Amino acid sequence: MSEFLAMGGYAFYVWGAYGITAIVIAVEVIAARARRRAALSDARLASPEEPASTIIPGGAP
Amino acid sequence: MAFNWYKYASPAAFYPLAGRLVPWFSWAAAILAVLGLAVGLGIAPTDFQQGDAYRIIYIHVPAAWMSMFIYLVMAFWGALALGFNTRLSAMLAQSLAPTGALMTFIALWTGALWGRPTWGTYWAWDARMTSELILLFLYLGVIALRNAVEDPRRADRACSVLSLVGAVNVPIIYFSVQWWNTLHQGASVSLTAAPRMATIMLSGMLIMALAAWCYTIAVSLHRVRSIILERERGGAWVGALPEVCSG
Repeated sequence: MSEFLAMGGYAFYVWGAYGITAIVIAVEVIAARARRRAALSDARLASPEEPASTIIPGGAP
Repeated sequence: MAFNWYKYASPAAFYPLAGRLVPWFSWAAAILAVLGLAVGLGIAPTDFQQGDAYRIIYIHVPAAWMSMFIYLVMAFWGALALGFNTRLSAMLAQSLAPTGALMTFIALWTGALWGRPTWGTYWAWDARMTSELILLFLYLGVIALRNAVEDPRRADRACSVLSLVGAVNVPIIYFSVQWWNTLHQGASVSLTAAPRMATIMLSGMLIMALAAWCYTIAVSLHRVRSIILERERGGAWVGALPEVCSG
């Protein structure tokens, strides 16, 4: 196991590459889910019970 | 086949279709990534020249391929949006930009970490690397332009034009290693020649490329659903969605 983690002396480069990739993908997935939650709550606020005039076109992302 | 493509060109029809596709592509991406990592980090042997540093290839090459391909798809949807004034294609283009920027960042980052042990430098202003960096700026430019223009339909047109103009950069990235004498090596895999890689290394890389494809499709379909909600909210069909009206 420690031999595997050592990556033949290239651990910094190999795990630096894999680690940052994992982090940025995790950030994108979390951001995409947060965006969906925000879009859903905005859609609820804008749903037809309210008068259409209160809807701001192209409002918060 | 009686599949009606035009039916799904409307955001209201595409929204549930995308929702059904997201879990399939997410699971496929996860399974392929586990498989590709097992092959790439476990089964594939150490390279006789580069040692284990070469294992960066399993993310670097798929990310670099996706960075270029996503840009072309984004420009294609942008062209459709410009030519036919279709809302959904502009939304699809909008949803691809963040993932394209992410793939470009990963390609640059992993390339730097691969370059240091093999070439002795994290970065060089060589044609391949410089044009890939320009690709990152193009993605960021498209995203910034989108956020800067208030009216979504005007933003669609502006982003489409920028995407189409920037598309000339993609063949420059791809052919840079042939056109100029670059530090970056030539293609490891081509459709016309036998691959210059061991079969097991090549299969690990191709599995990771498929995982990157599935991930891109899953996350951009998920994001386009949010974009559809953001842009169609207040519409009757959005209000009738179970996830909207049941709160």
